This record gives sequence, C-alpha cells and structure tokens, in this order.
Amino acid sequence: MQTVDPKDLAAFEADADAWFKENVVRDPGFMLPLTFMEVGTDQQFNFLRDWQNKVYDAGYLGAAWPKAYGGGGLHQDFQNAATRAMRRHHGPIMLNAIGLNWTGPLLLDMGSETHKMAHLKGILSAEDIWCQGFSEPGNGSDLGNAQTRAVRDGDHYVVNGSKIWTTLGRYAKYMILLARTDANTPKKYDGLSFFLAPMKIPGVETNPIRKLTGEHGFTQTFFTDARIPATGLMGVEGGGWKVAMRTLEFERGARGGQAGGYVAVGSNAFDVLDLARRMTRSGKPVLEDPQVADQMVEFLMEIQALSLNGQRTQVPNLVADHPQGIPLASKLMGTEMSRRLNEFAIRLTGARGAYYVGESEAVDQGIWARAYLNSFSATIGGGTSQIQANIVGEHVLGLPKS
Amino acid sequence: MQDLGRIGFSEDQAVMLDVATDFCLQRSPVSTIRRLMEDELGHDPAVWKEMGELGWLGVAIPEAFGGSGLSLAEVVPMVEQMGRRLMSGPFISTTLAAQALVVGGTEAQKLAILPRLAEGTAATVALAEPDFDWEPDTVACQAQDAGDGSLILSGRKVLVGDAGLASWIIASVRYRNSPALVLIARSALPDAALRRETVIDETRRSFALDLDGVKVAKDDLLDLDLAGTTLMHLHLAANLLGAADMVGGTQSCIDYTVDYLKTRTQFGRLIGSYQALKHPIVDAYCKYEQARSHLYAAANCFGEQGVGEIAVRMAKAAADKAYSFAADRAIQFHGGFGFTYDCDAQLYRRRAIWHAANHGDAGFHKAKLAKLLF
Ligand SMILES: Cc1cc2nc3c(=O)[nH]c(=O)nc-3n(C[C@H](O)[C@H](O)[C@H](O)COP(=O)(O)OP(=O)(O)OC[C@H]3O[C@@H](n4cnc5c(N)ncnc54)[C@H](O)[C@@H]3O)c2cc1C
Repeated sequence: MQTVDPKDLAAFEADADAWFKENVVRDPGFMLPLTFMEVGTDQQFNFLRDWQNKVYDAGYLGAAWPKAYGGGGLHQDFQNAATRAMRRHHGPIMLNAIGLNWTGPLLLDMGSETHKMAHLKGILSAEDIWCQGFSEPGNGSDLGNAQTRAVRDGDHYVVNGSKIWTTLGRYAKYMILLARTDANTPKKYDGLSFFLAPMKIPGVETNPIRKLTGEHGFTQTFFTDARIPATGLMGVEGGGWKVAMRTLEFERGARGGQAGGYVAVGSNAFDVLDLARRMTRSGKPVLEDPQVADQMVEFLMEIQALSLNGQRTQVPNLVADHPQGIPLASKLMGTEMSRRLNEFAIRLTGARGAYYVGESEAVDQGIWARAYLNSFSATIGGGTSQIQANIVGEHVLGLPKS
Repeated sequence: MQDLGRIGFSEDQAVMLDVATDFCLQRSPVSTIRRLMEDELGHDPAVWKEMGELGWLGVAIPEAFGGSGLSLAEVVPMVEQMGRRLMSGPFISTTLAAQALVVGGTEAQKLAILPRLAEGTAATVALAEPDFDWEPDTVACQAQDAGDGSLILSGRKVLVGDAGLASWIIASVRYRNSPALVLIARSALPDAALRRETVIDETRRSFALDLDGVKVAKDDLLDLDLAGTTLMHLHLAANLLGAADMVGGTQSCIDYTVDYLKTRTQFGRLIGSYQALKHPIVDAYCKYEQARSHLYAAANCFGEQGVGEIAVRMAKAAADKAYSFAADRAIQFHGGFGFTYDCDAQLYRRRAIWHAANHGDAGFHKAKLAKLLF
C-alpha cells in the first residue's frame, strides 16, 4: 500500500475545492434528479452525462482506479478528498452509478483483463452507461429464482424473458445480466450465469415505468431471441450466483472499490436541522416544541452514529465480535433513517406539507415530500429492508434461516 | 375521571353508513379516481349531482333551511366511505361552508344560501393564510369599511379547497380589529383572484385566493358576535371530517396491502406468511381500529362543550398516525411495484400527507390535548 504524504493530499484537496467551486452548476434551469434512479428526461440525462465526463476529465472520479484502465492510479484517500470537495460545493450526482459503483469494482475484483480493458474507461467517462438486469416481475427478493433464459448458440447466447425495475434502462449501452443457462440443476442457484450484455441490439426492448413521484427512471426490459456475445460471460457458466452476490456487496456498500463521487443527494439530519430553524408553529419557532426538539436530537445522534460506524469499521479491534456486522447492516440503517428523516421533515413544514414540487408556496421547492417518496427507492431497491434484516439476522447474529 | 367521549350510533348514522358504503363503492372505482386526477375539475359532476339529489349535502342543515336537520354525526360515516374510495370533489368543502352559516350566519344568509347548498351548489371556506398557521384565530386578511356601505377586502388565502367550483367562499378576515367571517360570491371575484395550487394529493383541487380589492356588501359579514365560536367550530368540523376521510382511507389501504400479501409469492411462499410483513400490517390494523373508535366517539360527542374538542383532536391525531403508518408500509410491502405510480399505495400516502397538513397534524393536536387533559 502506498503511503500518502499529507501535504500532497491537502494540495490535491485544495485544487479539487477550487475546481468544484468554479465548475458546479447548481441550478441548470430545470429540476435535477436527487438520485441516479430518477433520471427521467433527456435533458437531465445529457446534463448529468456531461457533468460526470467533466469531473472524470478533471481527475476527480476514478482517481484510485488503476491507470491502465483509465483511472488516476492514486491512493483511495485522494478520491475521498475529491468526493468531499464535490459535496462541499453541492455538485450534481454522478450518473453512471451501476457502472461506477458496482460493475466497475466487480470487474476490478473478478473481471478478466479483456473485460477490464474493454469497459472500465467507458464507465468513468460516462461514454458507456450501465444498467442492471437482476429483478424480474416474478422474482425480486428471491433473485436466485430468476427465470430469464440464456441458451448457448455458437459464440452467442440467445436470451428470452423479462427483467424489471431496470434503472437507466432506456439509456444503457450495457447491462449486467443474471440469466438461467440451465433450468435443470438440483439447486436453482447453480443454473445461473452472469453476463456483460449489450442493450442496443435486436430483441432487447425497454418500456418506461412511471414512479410514485410521477417521474420516470426505470424500465421493464424485454428479451426476445436477443443474441448476446458469449465473450460477455463473466466467470463460468453456472457460476453466476457467486458473481451476483459479490455485485450486491458493492451495491449495498458492504465492500469498497467504487469509483467515487456520490450517486444520490440525500438530505441529512443537518439539512433538516436547518429546515427546522426556519419553520414556525403557532407563531413560535418549531424547535421550541419539546417533542420536535427531542426527535431532532434523535436524528442528529443517529446520523452521527452512522458516520462513527464507518470510522469504527476501520479499527479492527473495535469490530472484532462482528467484523461484517456494520457493513452488512449499513444499508438497512442508512436507508431507513433517511425515510424517517424525510417524513419528519415534511411534518416540520406544517401546513405547507400539503404542497408538492411545482408549487411556489412549497418549502424548498417541495423537495421534502419528493425526497420522502424517493427514499423508498433505497428501502426497496438493492434488496428490501426486510431482506436486509434477514441477512443481518442470519449472517451476523447467526439466527436460523426463515 | 374526566369524560373523554363515548361511542353512540344513531339509526340515521346506520342508514347513512349503509347507503354511503354502497354508493361510494359503485361510483368511485380506482380507475375513475385516476381519470379524475388528470381532469382539471377533479371530480365527476354527475356523481356530485346525484349526491345533491340524495340529499347528502343537506344532512347537517336544519329543516327550516332545506336540509334534513341531522348533524355532522351523520355526515361522518359518509365522508368515511368517501375516503375509503379515495373520492374527491367538493363535499367536505361545501359541508364546511354550510356549517359556517348554520353556526354563524345571519338569518338572511341562512335563508338565501343554505337551501342552495342543501341542493348541491358547491361552496367552500377560506381559512389558511400564507403564515401557514393551524390556529383558527390567527387571521391577517382584512375587511375595511369603504364608506359607501360596502367592504373592501385585502390579503391572501391559501389551501382553499375546491374554490374553482364554489359558488360562495366564506373567508375569515379581521374587521375592526376582531376576527370575522365574510361571504364572498364567486361572481365578486375576478378570475385572476384564484390560482390552482400544486398539492401532494393529486385527487384534490386547492387554490390560492387573492382578496386584494375584492368588494362585498356589509350584509355579507356573518354574525360578528358569533365569529369566534364559528371559527372554532369550523376548525373542529374540518378536523372531524378530515379524520373520517383518513379512517376510511386507512381501512382500504390496509385491505389493498393485505390482498397483495395474500397473492404475491417469493421464495415459494406467500409473502404474508413472513412475520416481517404480517406483524407490521397487524400493527396498522390495530391503529386503524383505535382510530375508528376515536372517530365515532368524536362524531357522537361533537356538539358537547369541552368533550367534543377532546374527542375530535384525539380522532384526528389517531387517524393521522394510523393512515401515515399504514400507507408508508403499503409502499414498502409492495416491493418494486410499490415504488410505481400505478400502485395505489402512493395515492393513500399522498392523501394521508394532505390531511396531516390541513388543520393540524397529530403533533399539533396532541400538544392541544396536553393542555386540555392535564
Ligand atoms: C427505485 C428502484 C430501482 C431499482 N433498480 C433496479 C435495477 O436497476 N435492476 C434490478 O435488477 N432491480 C432493480 N430494482 C428492483 C429491486 O431490487 C427489487 O424491487 C427488490 O429486490 C424487491 O423485489 P420485488 O420488487 O420483486 O418485491 P418482492 O420481493 O415481491 O417483495 C415484496 C415485499 O415482500 C417482502 N419480502 C419478500 N421476501 C421476504 C422474506 N423472505 N422475508 C420478509 N419479507 C420478504 C419484501 O421486503 C417486500 O416488502 C429497483 C427497485 C427500485 C424500487
């Protein structure tokens, strides 16, 4: 492991700071998505793609990925510094989340040299947008039961079936696809294979699905005799479950190696505190209500604990009892807090909680209601909270399987 | 021990509950709700007309003024069933406008307008202002003597339900430094005075109302001596009917979710067999049963001095807690589908947020209850 000279790091962060200060456009004149899961218009898509490309060009994305694949070849601390600067200046989100956060680290971790050379740079530059084809209409939580078929035919696989809730499906050039290559294995998991599959080919169709906020952002993806190159197979045929599970570890943040930046702008407890300071109830500041003050302190403690959890996992002695505990539970803790926090924020807005995005009287352009509704993307997507709780119960606490 | 209210159920309530259950089920399938969400009017005039003909708008209007002389207790089961089917339209608004006149109108106003409302002419009340305060008596809008015997109004109202359809708007104002209520005919308002607001519940139609320069006759003031009482009455009535709509919605939100838990399979099992879903939906159900008990106590005791206020505030707070929880879980328990516009969970969730924001949420009413109870 390289050692980092604190002076180099500080200089890097100062440069990053200046760069983001100069380059961040906070209000492009239209509504920007809060997360990569709600990119619903071409205008949003083009803006965010250009933005990611610009950040990458400046050296503030993929700074810790190897140079050979388009990264900056620096220590992770440098990328973290760049991400901090991005946050400080409220930079828009990174668009290509599934590429940057799960496909990329997955390839670095277990991809072939050919796959790495072919895909990593396009992920960083946002040239190649990625999507994820895991969930199906009938099989979401029970991912291992996926039924989309892929049948070998010469140097291709012929794919039939349907995936659903495909985030960025309309824009993606590639999909990480979990499909069944063998329908007769004794264990359902052993019939699955994992592909890096092209999207813009005959036989692949995407139908947009409207989200509860009214915005678009995901699709149902249909495969009808779609021929995907066999070279896209990752690992071995029948070994797809293992690759998919590793992917989910990256997705849920239980494993590191992501390219950097952030793919969602959640409001945190300090933003809500700022909101609370501005709100009144019955003519008095709402924070004077002891019930509100109590809840506000609870949230500040909770967000602090989540941040401390992250620090504590860096100290092996302090996580010796359950080394995997915090990483496996962090999605559950973070996403559920965010849902409750946004709901609390709507309540702080009092009567103006009746308004929604687009209303001039809405507090902060209606972001609180939108953020609350959107918060379910994370308590459902990437494995629901109920499934996360099962994982923590079974894999951390050793409880019997349900 | 302090009397906190009790259930009582009249024969008239029973009839209204029966009739409304059936009517709302027939007239308001969710396909209709979704069509009306896209519609500028936001409600079905034919259904509204039918309600008028059935005498629903006159239930709580005295017989002398064209109604059937019952009370809000009989209106509660109707609104509950409307909420259960996520119905929209100016029923609650018109009922509140009628209540304003019944309690605080002059004899002439009652004679002129109540019979029209009883027949189904829509009207509304304009109470909230841009300070977004839930207290009923913080009023900044003004009515000023113009010299020629008329009044000039000024200020702005917000969250005026169904104003686009209303033939009359009854607004709270300050007149000679005291709170007052004034009757404004729609025809006295320039078109630009009303602006449709974008609200969280897409089944609702809500408006900002600009009163600047609007001229009314002095006779359009409601009885000045009764203004304070009337404002409090409207505040409580709005919360009672809000609670009724919420309790009905909670019921069908739970039914809708339970249906899914009984049909969706994962890992070879119905998802309702997982206690992670079964127990919270039972929690929602228990909250619902409690909220419904509070609601019917509030309906029964509404007119009783002291007890009525306690029971109404408990009903609204309980309904808020039950509906918010049930609808939040409804989204989660539908998985990916729950995150879609097509899933009805979002309709319930948005309706619950709407009601929490109008006339006080659980926290507001609990704070009031603390003062009333100890
Ligand atoms: C915004 C968003 C974006 C998404 N993006 C993608 C994407 O890009 N690619 C992709 O492949 N998928 C994506 N998903 C899909 C997501 O991974 C699934 O929705 C999720 O795994 C749940 O599956 P399901 O929708 O089939 O729900 P179900 O599995 O049917 O779940 C329904 C309910 O049952 C509960 N449940 C199920 N099994 C159990 C159990 N054993 N114990 C307790 N409770 C249980 C769940 O918690 C849930 O509440 C996305 C979802 C969302 C909301």
